[in-house]
Amino acid sequence: MESLTLTDVEQKYYSDLFIYCDVDNTKKVASNGKVLDLFRAAQLSNDVVLQITELCGATRLGHFGRSQFYIALKLIAIAQSGLPLRVESLNSVKDLPLPRFVVGKNEQEARHAAMYPDTENQGPYTSVIPRPPGRVQTKKVSTHEVIQPCVPTVEPQPDTTSPVVSPHQSPPTSPHAWRKHKRQASGGAVERQPAVAGASWPPFREAQSGPVAGDGLWSAHSPPPVQESWVSFTDTPPSSTLPAMHPSSAQESTTVRTVASAATTNEIQRQASGYDDPWKITDEQRQYYVNQFKTIQPDLTGFIPGSAAKEFFTKSKLPILELSHIWELSDFDKDGALTLDEFCAAFHLVVARKNGYDLPEKLPESLMPKLIDLDDSAGVPEPAPEVGFSGSPVEVTPNKSPSMPSLNQTWPELNQSNEDTAIVHPVPIRMTPSKIHMQEMELKRTGSDHAHPTSPLMPKQPELSEEKKLAATIKFPVTTVGDGYSSSDSFTSDQEPISSAVTRQRSHSGTSPEGLKVVAPPPPPPRPHASHSRSSSLDMNRNFAAVPAGTQQQAGVVAFPPAVPPRPLATQTSVPHGHRSVDGDSLPTHTSTSPQQIPEQPNFADFSQFQAFAVEKPPEDGDKQQESVQVEKTADAAGAMRAVMSETQPEQTTATVNSAKGSTPLAPPPKPVRRRLKSEDELRPEMEDHPQKSGLVATVLATQPSIPRSVGKDKKAIQASIRRNKETNTVLARLNSELQQQLKDLLEERISLEVQLEQLRPFSHL
Amino acid sequence: MYVIICMHCFCPQNYPLYIRSVPSQSELKFHYTVHTSLDVVEEKISTVGKAMAEQRELYLGLLYPTEDYKVYGYVTNSKVKFVIVVDSSNTSLRDNEIRSMFRKLHNSFTDVMCNPFYNPGDPIQSKAFDSMVSAMMVQSS
Repeated sequence: MESLTLTDVEQKYYSDLFIYCDVDNTKKVASNGKVLDLFRAAQLSNDVVLQITELCGATRLGHFGRSQFYIALKLIAIAQSGLPLRVESLNSVKDLPLPRFVVGKNEQEARHAAMYPDTENQGPYTSVIPRPPGRVQTKKVSTHEVIQPCVPTVEPQPDTTSPVVSPHQSPPTSPHAWRKHKRQASGGAVERQPAVAGASWPPFREAQSGPVAGDGLWSAHSPPPVQESWVSFTDTPPSSTLPAMHPSSAQESTTVRTVASAATTNEIQRQASGYDDPWKITDEQRQYYVNQFKTIQPDLTGFIPGSAAKEFFTKSKLPILELSHIWELSDFDKDGALTLDEFCAAFHLVVARKNGYDLPEKLPESLMPKLIDLDDSAGVPEPAPEVGFSGSPVEVTPNKSPSMPSLNQTWPELNQSNEDTAIVHPVPIRMTPSKIHMQEMELKRTGSDHAHPTSPLMPKQPELSEEKKLAATIKFPVTTVGDGYSSSDSFTSDQEPISSAVTRQRSHSGTSPEGLKVVAPPPPPPRPHASHSRSSSLDMNRNFAAVPAGTQQQAGVVAFPPAVPPRPLATQTSVPHGHRSVDGDSLPTHTSTSPQQIPEQPNFADFSQFQAFAVEKPPEDGDKQQESVQVEKTADAAGAMRAVMSETQPEQTTATVNSAKGSTPLAPPPKPVRRRLKSEDELRPEMEDHPQKSGLVATVLATQPSIPRSVGKDKKAIQASIRRNKETNTVLARLNSELQQQLKDLLEERISLEVQLEQLRPFSHL
Repeated sequence: MYVIICMHCFCPQNYPLYIRSVPSQSELKFHYTVHTSLDVVEEKISTVGKAMAEQRELYLGLLYPTEDYKVYGYVTNSKVKFVIVVDSSNTSLRDNEIRSMFRKLHNSFTDVMCNPFYNPGDPIQSKAFDSMVSAMMVQSS
């Protein structure tokens, strides 16, 4: 064999290629198959390839030994540069560019697969620097390793590199080293990088002018390097990403990368964290960061305030703009303070920047602080497993939103290198007022927020009230202005009890909290019209026709007393319906029984039967009861009750509930009322406010509990039914107010009558 | 879609912190418009001076409509002002959309403020802020 002199670069390159082809790991023979593939990748004609193999002596030997391989590679380079293939030219050609190999992706992948064992077996090449297992560097380490010892001394590259600072610590070079391997085969460049990286450890004191030169060596973003490995199998070096590189070294790096990246990409895939490899923090680095963190903040679960961090990082002598950008990247929760993870990420970015790597546009995954809601040390009661590593950020944040600061304090000291793949991207939520809506939206989305039933409601209520007012005004064209106003009042006030009712219902029925979010039910359907019309056609007419209703309101016209306190749900609906359904038993019975009814009223709405379903709304029920009681004082109510009683007798709570539920849009108001009336009659003797109150509420609420049973599987149906019930509620509220007005009128009439009676009485006495 | 022509941020002393315009327009004219609209902003926030106890509305709404464009204003509690100029050609622009834009601006501005390396009063050079504004302007145009 002709003696072959190779430049250092060529030596490295060829050795890499040989290793690449050394499938059997003999370190002496390159497998023919791979070699031929490689040669084919050189985009030379088959004839040339054959000629080369002949020249290098492989045909004689039958296999490619290392020297043959090297000769072949050099011949390929010669051929690619257009020179005639001559053995003599092996040593005579100077400044020969490295042979270039173009490989398709498939081949590359195939090679990757084949590369695994190769790279894995590069035992002697590894472990110069402690690296996480499975790192790519196995192959690269060869060159790197060679370089490492001579880092401080060798600087052949004419790059614009600064004088290498002797490394005080070797550890933190892994990502950088790996990067560099990938990027430059040229020894000098590689040398410089680790040197610079290593030297950066001593915090920020040393002048690092490397960064300027390093810019060209490091792509602007971490992903592109990996991407390039896929696309870099081209002749043209990606000059755009390596602007500062020496032309030859650039080319070398490209070509080397082709082979190198083939190996690396495999490992990248294997590690399943390809893009963030360069940004991964090694254990040594992390330990260093943690120590630095401790110097500022002894409590590892605490924060570093922004000012302290600013001072610390200013010592790195990076420009403020870059430090600002680093801060933006690393302060993930935007709270103005750095947790341990954030601090490590920031520190890592600073180190990278000082070593010449451009800052990424967004935080690499490996640097993202884990949104782990573990508060092991602090002991703050937070649902620890919720985030872990797999929780979606949306699910996490709503629970975290109110306690974001405490969340920050719970970063345990973790080894990021093992958990990159499962890193969750937290979606920080700040408690700025403007974010309340967004939070609500997230709460809605997650549907997991049970803790804030009212918060989403609060801001919605004004909107709801507006809606309701509109709805009310629309719905009651017949009513006076006062009606609309009062109805709107009832609606607005209804929101809270309704929502709370919904909440309670949910707690009972287990419906999703999404129902709660539906605080703004659509405007009730024109049921009130029906009710009004009914009342006008039947009840009201009869009731008031029989009575010298001078002060009576006209049928169909229900004046809502503006002062009517909002009474949601059953009571209201029951009462007005009671009015309507009562025929004939108007004033006379009303007045006569009014005193009786007063105490009995409580029974009216009740539904002690519904007690079973009664939810916890005694106070509201009580109010409603009182309201209903007053309203019921009207004779109509009494008569209606009786009439109603005669009806649906067998139907009990569940029946009423179900029917009330089922009959939604039009029917519900009357039916539930009837049933309630019936039950009222039955319960009249009982005269228990509480059960009745609860019963009233229970009727409406009872509808909901049944829902989950049947629909427990269908949340939408539940929500729909909830909506319908809410509509019913609003309608009933209106009815209630109407009836209350009627009650007042009737009371006045009664008083007038009694006065007349008194006036007449003296005669009787006499 | 509506077209945001330019977006300015002003510090409490009415110095511009951030100016971004669609280059196709004559920027100087809009700079002038925005600067004069600051008067309207000042007037709006000064009227509520006595009633500072209650929350002053951050969103100021349409400051001044001209035949070609509309100017919307927003002021934070620390008197940082945001002004957006929108092309009038599009009438589908809704108030809520402008509000949401201001909300995003405010949030991004808060992020910038949280950065300890940012000195209040400095021009805003945050990339995150820039990208957010670019996204807004691109989306709208």
